[in-house]
Amino acid sequence: MLAIVDSGGANIASVRFALERLGVPSELTADPAVIRAADRVILPGVGSAQEGMKRLHAKGLVEVVRGLTQPVLGICLGMQLMFESSAEGETTSLGLIPGRVALLPESPGITVPHMGWNTLTIRPDTPLLAGFSPATRFYFVHSFAGPVNAFTVASCDHGTPFAAVVQRANFSGVQFHPERSGAAGARLLQNFLAMPA
Amino acid sequence: MLARRLIPCLDVRDGRVVKGVQFRNHVDMGDIIELAQRYRDSGADELVFYDITASSDGRTVSTDWVTRVAKVIDIPFCVAGGIRSLDDARRLLHSGADKVSLNSPAIENPALLGELAAEFGSQCVVVGIDSRHENGDYFVKQFTGDPTKTRGTRWRTVDWAREAQKLGAGEIVLNCMNQDGERKGYDLPQLKLVRAVLTIPLVASGGAGAPEHFRDVFRDAGVDAALAASVFHSGAIPIPKLKQYLAAEGVIVRP
Repeated sequence: MLAIVDSGGANIASVRFALERLGVPSELTADPAVIRAADRVILPGVGSAQEGMKRLHAKGLVEVVRGLTQPVLGICLGMQLMFESSAEGETTSLGLIPGRVALLPESPGITVPHMGWNTLTIRPDTPLLAGFSPATRFYFVHSFAGPVNAFTVASCDHGTPFAAVVQRANFSGVQFHPERSGAAGARLLQNFLAMPA
Repeated sequence: MLARRLIPCLDVRDGRVVKGVQFRNHVDMGDIIELAQRYRDSGADELVFYDITASSDGRTVSTDWVTRVAKVIDIPFCVAGGIRSLDDARRLLHSGADKVSLNSPAIENPALLGELAAEFGSQCVVVGIDSRHENGDYFVKQFTGDPTKTRGTRWRTVDWAREAQKLGAGEIVLNCMNQDGERKGYDLPQLKLVRAVLTIPLVASGGAGAPEHFRDVFRDAGVDAALAASVFHSGAIPIPKLKQYLAAEGVIVRP
């Protein structure tokens, strides 16, 4: 069973629908026992880092998520919360990936939020990113982003390079929205579903 | 590099997609879900659904078709029409909409933009501006869904765009009313003017009639996205062909 962590944020419906289109049942839940017992866990989220962490704390899910050993996929804010902290509201986050999430800088021709379809620079031999070419585009919509470091398996560039896909042990995160990235997004979700549980 | 976006706009009235010329004389264009699927398949980068009568009728968008769209569509979509409160926005976002767009209610209650940005993040807060050229300047209009209810506001377009960004909008859609439905090209001078005062994405709307108009608005006005309705609905400009043309002209698009 796949558990979607119900952190109370928006866009949870679209993640569920994307899994439905792939024929994969999921359960939207904030129950620690259900989340711990799931084969796979998705941590979705749209909103601010501060609100996101507040909701995880309120539902007693911070240590639950940190302690998971099955494949976990963070999407957008869910991925940002995997870092140590965020400049958005000076938030301490889950600390699963080193680094601090910061606001993307604006510059001429570079608008923030970073909104639209962009390409990735992919580290070879990453099963989560199997089947994608440098021309494959994914849908991004965000103002804050995590730094590129040893746990970055794909980066994106919008005025400055940032982490587009991170991975550490069983935890993966994507800054873009696979549920809104057409066929490429569906392929990414399938790659996640194919990761050994 | 980030691709420029092509956004078909589906004006919704009573659960059907309609299209009017200069916001009048609406013609039925078809079923919402069928059109949404057709655009997804043809390579649209995003969709916008405007419930064109919700604001002037004093009601909000119904969520049943929003959920139906979210189930079948795997590209982002934005919903607009009479969103007046955090609850209105939450209902639509929870139904599966990726963004909400506010027009008249943002003018009546600008503080709402800040509340929405704090709750959901500015990336899903879009402000639609209906703007008309009058006496050598551009001015914001309200309730443009119904010509008998349309009225002026105290805002110059440039001032309102700047203010909306400051309050928390993450994107501006500028509907240039003098151009709408005329298919003579986007209002490049106005779009350039507004582009220059914004750091958030700007979407051009109103006036697309030929592939060159899209090239010009990306190249000369520097907008992030171009929205159009009738030329896409009628099939006059097929999106795959338009993208081939734009790529050949040096505009970065998603193939």
